[in-house]
Amino acid sequence: MSTLTGCIQGLGLLGPGLADWSAARAVLSDETPYVALRTVLPLPDVLPPAERRRAGRIIKIALAVGAEAVARAQADARMLPTVFTSSGGDGDNCHEICAALASHERLISPTRFHNSVHNAAAGYWTIAHGCTAGSTSLCAGDASFAAGLLEALAQLACGAPAVLLLAYDADYPQPLRAKRPIPDAFGTALLLTPAGPAAALPRLQIGLSAAPAATMANAELESLRRSIPAARSLPLLERLAMGRSGTVVLDYLERARLAVEVFA
Amino acid sequence: MTPLQLTHCTATSCLGSGLAATLAALEQARGGLSPCDFETVELQTYIGEVAGIDAIRLPPHLQRFDCRNNRLAQLGLVQDDFDRAVRAAAERFGPGRIGVYLGTSTSGILTTEIAYRHLDAGSGALPAGFDYAGSHNAFSVADFVGRLFELTGPAAAVCTACSSSAKVFAAAQRMIAADQIDAAIVGGVDSLCLTTLYGFHSLQLTSPAPCRPFDLARDGLSIGEAAAFALLERAPARLDPEAIMLLGAGESSDAHHMSSPRPDGAGARSAMQAALAAGGLAPGDVDYINLHGTGTPSNDQAESRAVTALFGNATPCSSTKGATGHTLGAAGALEAVICALALQAGLMPGGLNRRQRDPQLELNYLTENRRGPLRRVLSNSFGFGGANCALLFGRAA
Repeated sequence: MSTLTGCIQGLGLLGPGLADWSAARAVLSDETPYVALRTVLPLPDVLPPAERRRAGRIIKIALAVGAEAVARAQADARMLPTVFTSSGGDGDNCHEICAALASHERLISPTRFHNSVHNAAAGYWTIAHGCTAGSTSLCAGDASFAAGLLEALAQLACGAPAVLLLAYDADYPQPLRAKRPIPDAFGTALLLTPAGPAAALPRLQIGLSAAPAATMANAELESLRRSIPAARSLPLLERLAMGRSGTVVLDYLERARLAVEVFA
Repeated sequence: MTPLQLTHCTATSCLGSGLAATLAALEQARGGLSPCDFETVELQTYIGEVAGIDAIRLPPHLQRFDCRNNRLAQLGLVQDDFDRAVRAAAERFGPGRIGVYLGTSTSGILTTEIAYRHLDAGSGALPAGFDYAGSHNAFSVADFVGRLFELTGPAAAVCTACSSSAKVFAAAQRMIAADQIDAAIVGGVDSLCLTTLYGFHSLQLTSPAPCRPFDLARDGLSIGEAAAFALLERAPARLDPEAIMLLGAGESSDAHHMSSPRPDGAGARSAMQAALAAGGLAPGDVDYINLHGTGTPSNDQAESRAVTALFGNATPCSSTKGATGHTLGAAGALEAVICALALQAGLMPGGLNRRQRDPQLELNYLTENRRGPLRRVLSNSFGFGGANCALLFGRAA
């Protein structure tokens, strides 16, 4: 089996107590202590006013991390293929729809309905950035981050000049929260380009693995990793933050993990 | 791209279970839409309901996946010996070398909708038996299918609304081309639920009558449900001339609106162009187009503009949604299988329910079945959020 590979041109991150990639890098490389705070989601200024009003938490986090990765790479989002991956969609919106459908009236608004699709974040992203390139939206439950990384690197292997991977999750309100206890919103984005002889670092190379997944030494970060599917990326992000080469194994499906070799 | 072979495929929809029933309905120009009597829904609309889903039982060890969507998947998988073909492929390639890429838009949300009627009076909690990952989560169907066949390769649900199960062909093709897998189960499973019935109704996009794609008085879609699957593999050196091939896939984004297409059809056109480019083919090489053709005024208008801009107005085309309804996240795969049947049988299915031509839709829309040898056909799928996908299929010779 040939390995899949790609270079990271830009990173974005937003999560509890992690305001952006710079802040996360400082925490993940042990320069500053981790202080758990509820995720602060910025208003998606990039959206037209009508869409901005309609954007829920899942859309805000996806747009924020994607924009950070694109800005750090100084890339043009308009022609950039995208891979969106998340374990769920807009939890608040889903709850409102299910509650309305359980009521006598059964009235749901058109906006609620179109925001209910799993690819709503991709729709808003492409509208916001005038991006007409191909876009896919994946769900692999708790395995969604690794599934997205596989898809993004497969796109590079098939000739895509660049791919933006956006992995994100947000919490459900009750009563779904009790069944799916995601504590908060977390997202990360990686702008990936093909790895050539003159390619920039850091570079990733991935393959399926039977080894156990890496964990985070910090208990609070480990708790994030375990409770938010998109945060299953944290061991990889930690290695990138430290600028340290080596292999890190990420959670994927129950019967397969993803080994990521990092060339820092 | 290097063409891939659809070594096996199957479809279950309101037209019937399996390829023979599907082809017979198409040949007899018989649709499967009926007045909506689904669950407790009180809407004046038509639906394409699959018969017999409630009686389906999942294997005992996979009971946690029990929901309408996975029952429909189970029903679909045992048609046409598709399950046997998957097991043979797993034997041949190894269970870790087969990917599972399935499209769905609403997964098992019906279970959640019903569970919300039975919240605990005191705490507001969902019923104890409610299993989020087994039914609600979009990955549920791909997880279920992977476990059913004890596969250990890559798996994901593709959820781009109504283009979900067209994009699975592109995703699987990339994974095979990148040598991560040798074969993939691709397909789509979407089942009736209140979210889509009341949701499309809220957008005033459901027709009170059976949908009439490309009719002058078209007034919306009819929602259907389906399970359609294909086994995608590298082609052997010596191909049966009858073999059905995936020749190209093209994807694009509208970047226009969440629930309506770009009026000029530019996004749809670029997806079709990309599919042709991937297959190294010109518009004149396509013998028939299976349109997205939902039957809403704006969708059909935009698609007509896109098709005529690229193909002119000679290429025969039709929408089969007048027969099947719009099966949403399963539509791409269902129509891919219909394209495979069309290529095998030399049948261009006429679009049902079109009474009066819309002079603004200038394409060569077939209202009656046409027979003739087909070499290459194109299938369009466009979803909410402007997620477009076009697939190009052909005979090996």
